[in-house]
Formats: sequence, C-alpha cells, structure tokens
Amino acid sequence: MSAIAFPAPDNTIIVRRDEIIAGLARLVEPECLVTGDDEMRPFETDALTAYRRMPLAVVLPRSTQEVSAVLRYCHDAGVNVIPRGAGTSLAGGAIPQEDAVVIGISKLNKVLDFNIANRTITVEAGITNLAVSAAVAPEGFFYAPDPSSQLACTIGGNIGMNSGGAHCLKYGVTSNNVLGVKVVLIDGTIIDLGGDAMDVPGLNLLGLMIGSEGQLGIVTEAILRIIPTAEGARPVLFGFDSSEDAGACVAAIIAAGIVPVAMEFMDKPAIEICEAFAKAGYPLDVEAMLIIEVEGSEAEIDASLARIVAIARQHGVRVVKESKSAIETAQIWKGRKSAFGATGRVADYICMDGTIPTGQLPYVLKRMSEIVAGYGLRVANVFHAGDGNLHPLILFNANDPTEQAKAESAGNDILKLCVEVGGCLTGEHGVGIEKRDLMGVQFNAADLNQQLRVRAAFDADWRLNPAKVFPLEGRTS
Amino acid sequence: MQTRFSPEQLADSHTRESEKILRSCVHCGFCTATCPTYLLEGDERDSPRGRIYLIKDMLENDKPANTEVVTHIDRCLSCLSCMTTCPSGVHYMHLVDHARAHIEKTYKRPWHDRLIRSMLAAILPYPNRFRLALTLGRLGRPFAPLLAALPGGDRLKAMLSLIPKGGLPQTSSDEPAAIQSSRQVAILGGCAQSVLDPEINAATNRLLARFGIGVVFSPGEGCCGALVHHMGQEDNALGFARRNIDAWWPLIENGLDAIIITASGCGTTIKDYGFMLRDDPSYAQKASRVSALSKDITEYLDTLDLPAAEPKSMVVAYHSACSMQHGQQIKDQPKRLLKNAGFTVRDVPEGHICCGSAGTYNILQPDFATRLRERKIKNIMRTTPDIIAAGNIGCMTQIAQGTDIPILHTALLLDWAYGGPEPTAIRSLS
Repeated sequence: MSAIAFPAPDNTIIVRRDEIIAGLARLVEPECLVTGDDEMRPFETDALTAYRRMPLAVVLPRSTQEVSAVLRYCHDAGVNVIPRGAGTSLAGGAIPQEDAVVIGISKLNKVLDFNIANRTITVEAGITNLAVSAAVAPEGFFYAPDPSSQLACTIGGNIGMNSGGAHCLKYGVTSNNVLGVKVVLIDGTIIDLGGDAMDVPGLNLLGLMIGSEGQLGIVTEAILRIIPTAEGARPVLFGFDSSEDAGACVAAIIAAGIVPVAMEFMDKPAIEICEAFAKAGYPLDVEAMLIIEVEGSEAEIDASLARIVAIARQHGVRVVKESKSAIETAQIWKGRKSAFGATGRVADYICMDGTIPTGQLPYVLKRMSEIVAGYGLRVANVFHAGDGNLHPLILFNANDPTEQAKAESAGNDILKLCVEVGGCLTGEHGVGIEKRDLMGVQFNAADLNQQLRVRAAFDADWRLNPAKVFPLEGRTS
Repeated sequence: MQTRFSPEQLADSHTRESEKILRSCVHCGFCTATCPTYLLEGDERDSPRGRIYLIKDMLENDKPANTEVVTHIDRCLSCLSCMTTCPSGVHYMHLVDHARAHIEKTYKRPWHDRLIRSMLAAILPYPNRFRLALTLGRLGRPFAPLLAALPGGDRLKAMLSLIPKGGLPQTSSDEPAAIQSSRQVAILGGCAQSVLDPEINAATNRLLARFGIGVVFSPGEGCCGALVHHMGQEDNALGFARRNIDAWWPLIENGLDAIIITASGCGTTIKDYGFMLRDDPSYAQKASRVSALSKDITEYLDTLDLPAAEPKSMVVAYHSACSMQHGQQIKDQPKRLLKNAGFTVRDVPEGHICCGSAGTYNILQPDFATRLRERKIKNIMRTTPDIIAAGNIGCMTQIAQGTDIPILHTALLLDWAYGGPEPTAIRSLS
C-alpha cells in the first residue's frame, strides 16, 4: 500500500548510521536512545497506520537542552529529523523516514508553573492535553481545545497541527489559547516566542509556529491560557430523520447568531458504533443526531436551549433528549470522543478532516454519501458541525489493498469537494503526508511558494519533518 | 490495523486469536495515557500500543523473543488499564498472555532470572511450602543488603521486604459454617492469601452465613494458576485450572449459586478459564460454566440487597485493584457496599493506576513497582483516610509496605459492620 510517495532515502546518511548513533549516544542517556530494529518498530507509524517507515534512530530527550543538543548534532551531521509527540496523528504527521532521526518529546511531560492570577499554565510540550485540564481542574479551570484524542495527544502535537475539538466553537482552537512557546530551531538555538501577556511587540512569530507541523522547530514548552469552568453545562441530543435536516438545522442555528459551546454531528452508522461502546443513550431510530451543549447558569441554559429547540423543530427534529446528570453528560461525551477508536470494532477506517462553510452542510453531506457509495464503500460521519469541520470515516478492509486504494480515492474526492464549496483541506489534523499532494488543489503556485520561503527561512535544507505538508516537487524551491 | 499472517500461521488457535485482536487495534494511542509504565517512562516501548506492536512483529515473523522485546513485555503489569481505556475493544490480556507463552517457549532467560521464576512458581502456589518459605525468609532478612549485590539480588531483596513483619497470622478456622440454605456457594481457598491473611475467608464465611448463604467446602482446590500463567507457563497454569474445575464440578452439579473469590487477581483468571481451556474438548464446557459462576465477593454481596448499617465515623480510602476495576470491570459495588455499611468512602485520585503489586511484579520488577507504590500512597494520603480498603491480597501487601495506615480487605470491614468481630488492625482507631 503506497499511494502516497516518500522520497528515496539518502543512502549517504544510511551508511553513516553507526557513526550517527555514536554521536547521539554522547548526548543522551542510553535509555533515551532507541536503535534496535525490534525496539524501533513501535515508532514506525502514528495513527495513519497504512504508512510505515522505520527511522534511523529514535531519541527521547529529557530536557530542552537535550533537544537542542540533538538538533544541533543532526543539523551539523546533515541528518533529517522527525518530531513526534504521542504519535496520534491521523494525517501521518509523525511518520518517520529511513534516513531520519525521530525526536520524541514524550518524556517532557511536567507542569512547570500554574499562575491563577494570570490564568496561565506553563507546561513541557510532551504533556497530554487532558493532563493540562486535570492539573487546573481543582482550581476551577480548564484548557479549552479538546481534540478527541485529548487523553493521549500532546500539547506539542496540538501546537504543530493547530488542533481543535468539540468545544472550540465557543473557545477557539489551539492558536487562540497559546500565549507563548519555547522552540528549539534546527541548529539547536533555543528561542522564546510570545509570553504570558495577550500580545507581544514585533512580528507575530508565535502565530507562525502554531500549525507549522514540526517544520519550523520543535516546541518544548508552552504557556497556555486557561479558562474558568462554566457554572453549568448541559449537552442535549437532537435526533433527525435525515442528515440533510440535521445539517440544515446547524446552519440555521449559526445563522441565528447562537454560539453553543459545542455542536457535534453523527450519522446513523456513527451513532450505532458509539452507542455500542459508550452506552450513552443515543437514539438508535434516527438517521442523524446532533449533540448540542450550552453552558452558563440554569436560567441561561434554559433560555439558549429554548431558542435552539425552536429552530430544531422547524427542521423536523424528532427526538430531543437532555442530559439529566453529570454521569449522563460524561457518557454522552465519552461516546463522541471515542468515535474513531470505537469504529475500529467494526472495520478499518481512514478518518478525513476537511472544513466547509456551515451553509453548505446539507449539500456536502449528500454528496459525500454519493462519493463513498460510488466506490462501493461505507462511511460513518462524526464531526464538529458548528465549525463545519467534517470527519467522515471511510470504512474498509486494511488487509485488502484494492479497498485501501478505493478508500483513499474516496477521501481525496471528499477533500476536493470541501475546497470546491469554499472550504479547505484541513480542520484540525494538519496536512501531514495524507493531504500533501492535494495542497495544489487549495493553493496556487504563488501561495505555496511563499509558504515554502517562510519555511526555508527557518530551515534552509528542509531537515525538519521533510516530505510532508508541501508537495514533493516543492522541495527544490 | 493491517496484519500479515499466513494461512499456516492462522491454523494455530493462539495465533488466530491474536490476529483477531491485532486487527481490532486502530493504533489510536489512547491506551498510552492510562498505562502506568508509560506514565513513568514516557517511552512508547513501555506502553500498550508499543507492546502490541512489538508482539505483532514477533508473531507475524515467527521470531523467537529477544532480550529487547522481553524487557518491555516483562515490564507490563497486566493491570489491564489499557483495556478499560481502549475504545476499539482490543483484548490486550489475551494478546499479552500469548506473548508471554511465546517468550517462555522461545527465549532463554539469564540463570538468575530462571532461578527466581522457578522458585516463585514452585513455592507461591502451595500454601505449605509458602508458609515454610516465609519462616525461612524471615531468618534471611538480615542478609538482604548482602543479597542485593548478587545478580538479580534486587529481586531477592524485594522478596524479603514483602515478608510480613511480626509472626504469620494464626490459621483461624475457616471451615464453612454449616447452615442449610437454598443458596449454596463455594469460596476459593486459593494459595498465598490463605497463608498471609486467613482472616479474609473466615470473615467472608461469617458474612455469608449471616445473610443466609450456605458455604460448601470444596476439597482439592487450590491456586487458580494466575501466578504461573503470568510467567507464560501455560501448561502449568492449565493444570491448576483443571484441578480447580475438577474440585468444583461435583458441587456445581449439585447446584451452586456462585464460586466466591476474595482475591480479585484470582477472579480475573478464573473468569478466563473458559477462554484458556477453549481447545480442550473434555474441559471447555465445564470451564465456561466455572467462569460464569465465578463472582467476586463484593459482586455477589451487591446482589443480596443488604440492609444499611449504623454509620461509623471512619473515612475509608477504597483502593480498587486493577484486577477488580479493569480485569473484571467491578467498579461501584465495593464502594456501594462500604457506604451502605456505614463508612465514609473516598475515591483515591488517579485510582485507575496500578499500585505496582501485580502478582509477582513487585518481586520481578522492584524498581517500577516501588515507584508506582510511592505514587499510589501519595494519592491515597490525599484522601486523609483512617483505613484503606481493598479486595486483593497482593495490593494489600504492596501498599502496607509504604504506610502505617491499616489496610483491610473489604470483606473484613463488612463483616465487622454487620456484627462480626472488630478487625484487630483497627482496634486502636475506634
């Protein structure tokens, strides 16, 4: 299976493997350097398992200084580097290459400072997203971006991909919630961008860093904005007889100027899969469901819900079911957040990630079903409807190469459709290798070249996460 | 996840099961976040996803186990926290069991590792040998610092430090109370627990009798096999399983309500007998029946609708053993019973993470086990408890090494609350 090409590994590097390993061994403790074939195997892929490449070596540094020493070494030795957080990328953002050293930040997982007065927390970038919220929860705060993989994914990875999540409709994505970062550049230089204030003088390089997919530097620390937990929050399940009705309802709620905290969509296959795992009380006799969460005081929640329910009725809602307890709320979100993994119970899948204007939801939902059916495959839809951020899960059999190729073609057609209706190729998973070859659909040559020039200003030889994000032919520009 | 097994490989029942398990994994990585060893090390090789990958590679390529792979599989506690977390339903337990059996068959451990494993397998499952070993071990304790200098000496030292201080508890009469009842149960006598704390089953006996449940004696039963099963000694483990099934079968034919287990580590294994013996035509059916009848004592008591007991001014930190909450998915019942019995029950923060006991893990992996114990005790102390309650002798021994707060089996506290004797360990509190 290899529809997405990797560049041929550089043999002049591979023949120097022993020397390079010896060089790395001088920089970190033995248990932080992984070089055996068997032991490196777990690092050969991320959550896009159809693609796998063994790395030259894996380093798991214990400090920013060690990251810096390793990067400086790789820079001087002319070796490519693949940054890795928790390896949960669905776009292949952390997949290694045979001539590259993986630098994993999973040992950098501490909270460094928690400043309640400033409402900030400073963490090492290998800490998991959920561990940040867990650290500040006793004081009544949380960290807003909540990708479904938040249990496992790292803040460093979130910054690389500018991750979102169900609750970003109200609170914004990673770029709206990171105030500063410590970054190690390819030559080992350590720089600080941003700070714990809302704005800093000079060029907004922090904005450049967030979403740069590990191509400008390796983030080792971050200052994050934390938000007081709302007085109350209540998710409500809305069941519809068709996906188009549910899509139209979302568009109407957004058009009415209402901003719930979250507005999530699931179609029938997704509802069945998630209900089987989470037993959350999802309605099984509907074609589509929205999970809409509103927050505030009881009165505020009731008032917002009344408006939302009225709009839903105009769009033919058949089931309206409010969460009655904290346990029910937890189950409702557990089902939604486990959707991708739970799909693994029924089939292999590729999880797409595209964004469209919410007004286009009914049309796009219909076209997506047609596209996938055209390839003779099935699709389960679960996504952040309020943001127009689609996550169709295309189901297939990974042990059948023909099905895999069909699934990938269907995925590409869906992403092209997103661009066609005025949306874009990514929502929150990044480009990685998965969407690299579609970048030309989104951008013209001048757009892409400007991005490449910025990238080259940080890393002229493209040592960091090469052969990702930009089409391979862009490597020379 | 994609797999590459040949039809010849898939002819083997174990490989077939493992292939099914690997196919259900989508490599999402959720399991890494709740794995105790990944929390300690931040290294994917010491996470479920990493181990699954190491096992996959070994099995697909029919490779004998090597030192690197064995190191990371050995560090797995089999706490099964990953199975609670996994949204895809990956049966990690059966996969790692298969890997351990593969390691046992294809890998030669260093002499001192073989020695300590053979010693544990020859002693722990047999109460008389274990009792003798504890007595000798107490004599050997002063030599612990010397032992530490030997190869694998850290393990010998860990083993000696686990020996209870003071004398062994006297074997109280745990002969079942003779009562006539339409509901009869058997209680697993087991192995190590009957030596370390015979009072647990004695209290269970009294408690069940008090609520009208008849307890029948099952001569011939013993160790459930978990100890050797986790060392990959498959034939040995199945031998223990068959022996227990033979002991219980006549009772089951006479009508048995349940087989009560008071050590959750054993419960997880006995509930898996049906799977373990699936390929043995003369035992498969019986084994499934035994598994279906097996109940943790709290799981069984929870069905009896016990009356509320008088409130006590005692804060109990309930430590849920991994084999209880992850292995058997028994989560609320013990806490519900303790609350109903009048105790103030507090959840231990980060309660889903193992205490490091994990069968013989605290002997075989003393470094990781100690770090996990310290982490666990810190979390327990945050609840400022008077008592710690748990349902697994392994955890009780492990946690007791790091704190002076009395740690008691849930059954002892319930027995006391419903009219039994006050446990000696807490007499000074009340």
